[in-house]
Amino acid sequence: MISNFPGSAGIQQFGHYAKLLYQALRSSTEFSTYRKNLFQEFIKVGYESIPIIFLVGIFTGAVLTLQTAYQLDTDIYPSTIIGSIVAQSIVIELAAVISALVLAGKVGARISTELGTMRVSEQIDALESMGFNSVSFLVVPRIIAGLLMFPILYVTAAVFGILGGITAGAVDGILPAAEFMEGARAFFFESDIIFGFIKSIVFGFVITSIACFKGYNAFGGAEGVGNATTQATVLSCIFVLLSDFALAAILL
Amino acid sequence: MIEIKNLTKRFGDTLVWEDVSFDIQDGETMAVIGRSGCGKSVLMKHLNALLYPEEGEVLIDGKCVFELSYTELRKVRQRFGILFQGGALFDSISTFENIAFPLRYFTEQGEDEITHNVQEALGMVGLEEAAEKSTAELSGGMRKRVGLARAIILKPDYLLYDEPTSGLDPKTSEEINELIVTMADSLDITSVVITHDMHSVLAISEKVAFLDEQKLSWFGKTNDMKHSDNKNLLEFISASEYQIK
Repeated sequence: MISNFPGSAGIQQFGHYAKLLYQALRSSTEFSTYRKNLFQEFIKVGYESIPIIFLVGIFTGAVLTLQTAYQLDTDIYPSTIIGSIVAQSIVIELAAVISALVLAGKVGARISTELGTMRVSEQIDALESMGFNSVSFLVVPRIIAGLLMFPILYVTAAVFGILGGITAGAVDGILPAAEFMEGARAFFFESDIIFGFIKSIVFGFVITSIACFKGYNAFGGAEGVGNATTQATVLSCIFVLLSDFALAAILL
Repeated sequence: MIEIKNLTKRFGDTLVWEDVSFDIQDGETMAVIGRSGCGKSVLMKHLNALLYPEEGEVLIDGKCVFELSYTELRKVRQRFGILFQGGALFDSISTFENIAFPLRYFTEQGEDEITHNVQEALGMVGLEEAAEKSTAELSGGMRKRVGLARAIILKPDYLLYDEPTSGLDPKTSEEINELIVTMADSLDITSVVITHDMHSVLAISEKVAFLDEQKLSWFGKTNDMKHSDNKNLLEFISASEYQIK
């Protein structure tokens, strides 16, 4: 029996996850059902995440600048190299990945808790019993919001990361802002931004789809919602890191 | 008319019930009774295919709900109103919006007409003043009334009640029972009530289906229960506050 071999539970879970995604894809044509929720999700996923992304960006850039300066002997290298390393690290990797890990906690946990509570309090049954397509109504707008808002949050994190680096470099007397920008521009490639964009879209999909799957299938009251949220957050972080590695191997 | 034919349900290896068959005639009120955990709510969720069985059929006007396409099924589901155990109200919107919710999505009604219909539904459940309250402000009994108002707003053919009096005080339970009778009479609705409250059963139902030992143990008219030779049914009844006279 398929249910007896090791790992079968994981395969079954993946099957259910793929089925939910297929339903969501088919339901994505019912725009009138999820139009209103979509705009609410844009606000919740995008606009309401800006403060935390601002903090993540600023401090990542600032700390990276201080550590890079500490690790490099700038008597050997020109100080502009610090701007190059910080800017490129932020654009290629950190703005997308650190933001995604933070958003797995903020956005993913919210989505799985919301849907999980709706499931255990029979609100999803109530929607279905009224004739609603609950996947279209609840899952589709959240995934679309993830796909569209995460790239915007990535740009926000990258901009504030570089600003944080410039500020830390200037305030700490490591290098002036002009030298930082000179170094950043010297190794700037448009393809790096495209790579960051692709990553953020994938991370947005991974986080929102896993959170929707776990929340939508929650069971067992308050404890069940807690378990769903924990699993959604942990799995999102794991799959963000795995997909980050896979994308680096494929695209770089 | 709802026909339930040879229905069998399992969750994994656990059998809930098997070979359950009975009919619910148009306009009648039926109670499905049984001990906690015997699968009454599970049975109710098969009537509009919120759950699917391992075997058997549920026919609505001759069509099996499990064989319908999702689009057809959604139309059939709109013929049902369901009062869920906890009300299942959407807690992100007000009481008014909860009741108006199906009207906004499934009808072309304007704002004035929606307001009129919501107020009318609230009037039927005796909660005219609750429209602008948030659902968090509602008591258990009020939540059930609001849930009932939402269930009837699209004027369904069938009304399903899942434990409508559970967790309520005797007076509020009595009021809910009266509401169920009023709904059945005034709206000419076929009602199915899932309950283990024998006061409710006697007050509202014409027929009773008794689930026990993973099967339909007894089915018949409410008045015939006292003449039954089903030992488990008699024990179930005498264990409740109701005593057979």
